[in-house]
Amino acid sequence: MQFGIFSVSDVTTDPNTGRTVSEHERIESMVAIALRTEAAGLDVFASGEHHNPPFVASSPTTMLGFVAAKTRRIILSTATTLITTSDPVKIAEDFAVLQHLADGRVDLMLGRGNTGPVYPWFGQDIRNGVPLAIENYALLHRLWHEDVVDWQGRFRTPLTGFTSVPRPLDGIPPFVWHGSIRTPEIAEQAAYYGDGFFHNNIFWPKEHVQRMVELYRRRYEHYGHGPADHAIVGLGGQVFMRPNSQDAIREFRPYFDHAPVYGGGPSLEAYMEQTPLTVGSPQQVIDRTLGFREFVGDYQRQLFLVDHAGLPLDTVLEQIDMLGELVVPVLRREFEAARRPGVPDAPTHARLKAAAGRAPREPASPGSPTLPAATTA
Amino acid sequence: MADRTIVVVSAGIGTPSSTRLLADRLGSAVELRLRSVGLAPATTTLELRDLAHELTDNLLTGFPVPALRGAIDAVVAADGLIAVSPIFSASYNGLFKMFFDVLDRDGLAEKPVLIAATGGSPRHSLALEHAFRPLFAYLDAAVVPTAVYAATEDWGGADDPIVGALVDRIERAAAEMARAVAAEERSVPLDPFADPTPFEDLLTGSPSTSSASRETR
Repeated sequence: MQFGIFSVSDVTTDPNTGRTVSEHERIESMVAIALRTEAAGLDVFASGEHHNPPFVASSPTTMLGFVAAKTRRIILSTATTLITTSDPVKIAEDFAVLQHLADGRVDLMLGRGNTGPVYPWFGQDIRNGVPLAIENYALLHRLWHEDVVDWQGRFRTPLTGFTSVPRPLDGIPPFVWHGSIRTPEIAEQAAYYGDGFFHNNIFWPKEHVQRMVELYRRRYEHYGHGPADHAIVGLGGQVFMRPNSQDAIREFRPYFDHAPVYGGGPSLEAYMEQTPLTVGSPQQVIDRTLGFREFVGDYQRQLFLVDHAGLPLDTVLEQIDMLGELVVPVLRREFEAARRPGVPDAPTHARLKAAAGRAPREPASPGSPTLPAATTA
Repeated sequence: MADRTIVVVSAGIGTPSSTRLLADRLGSAVELRLRSVGLAPATTTLELRDLAHELTDNLLTGFPVPALRGAIDAVVAADGLIAVSPIFSASYNGLFKMFFDVLDRDGLAEKPVLIAATGGSPRHSLALEHAFRPLFAYLDAAVVPTAVYAATEDWGGADDPIVGALVDRIERAAAEMARAVAAEERSVPLDPFADPTPFEDLLTGSPSTSSASRETR
């Protein structure tokens, strides 16, 4: 099982000090967080993508390329890459270059983005969010799996005889996760391709997470990729820890009360009860996280959000150290012990390459996507 | 076992509230009429005041806590809705609007709805026609023709020479509502999690279950 950190890259005023970091400081602190993720023994660092203030992560592959040069082990990922408003050709190229530079330590998570104005800023319409995600990924998938592509669709200028360069490292495209909070079409999409499904697991009660994961697993099996409980599932989570749980509550409360996403709403205690947010001791985080398995089944990736709402960098780095020293080693052991036989690990470049070596280059499966007539030139 | 479910939503603020009084009268009038045609209705009343904090939290966090989820689910599943609010500043009050802001967008589609309001003066009665009715028209609800307005003086029993006494207006609206609720067929949204649109259809641009399809029951 993989454990990691995902960052939304917000620049938020620290409610305790009134201080707001500069964009430059925030970008540098994201790099520091990524490096600490590796140093603490975690497996994945994922960056969000945003195109409006107060966020700084508009160009994730640039940042991840820089992190790749300074790390040796962690997987570099995204949470999420906007498949709706970014040109799939550019996504194919950017992540292929990153994959070569990072020696395969790259995957990505696709999402639609819910900031209305970003769509028209990039020439799109938010009402087409789902069709954009479906068509753009159909193209991205072909660009990575086929050397020469002829293509025509609703949203992008047609391609004839196009080759996306560089070709994926070793002919193995980066593994793709599809992230969605409540859109069944996206769970269906992930299942169809046999890709991973990720639920951010932050804003919603567990019943919503459960419903999406259950649909994805059922349809993964339907499309012939394997049994439902072998589907590739990732979850987010949100934690703040101190050795003594009352200290954690006291220290985190002002950040919770002023956070852009839930400030002014429910109390910290109510929110903890209703969502997977855990503020407390490392043991409480362990117990809560192990509990996720009870409602989604065995899963492959757990990412934690720790660097938002204006928390100072030193505090964030302490959180990553505590995850690495006190939480993740226990979670690895306990999840491994509980895992049902046959459940696969999350795909990595090395595992996909080994699997490809055992089979023809494009393993045939009922879910192997074929281009529908409507979008074929 | 009930064969029709009616949910009464009251956005009254005071306790006791004249809005609740009107809501209860409408609820029992509709129930009586359904019984008189051999149906077995079950009526549930929701006091939005009890959900005021949960409604605010839903607006801010984007999801309802279990108590509010239960209220929303009850309205969405009901065969008919009676929606009653006091008039504040020429319209329904904020509490009333918050509830319908967080309700599922398709939750009222084709559902029979009886609208009613209370106010201190009869001069605000048209708020039902130019505020309540357009709200429910937007939500694709089937609002019955008669809307019931009760001014303070109506509780004294004074007859209006044009529209009759309050009890007459309640009976007229209840009769329309009971007929709509008793009518057999109403469409319900397909559950996109139980019946997802196959991906081949999504790829070719067919409408998806969660955005368009309904089935008749």
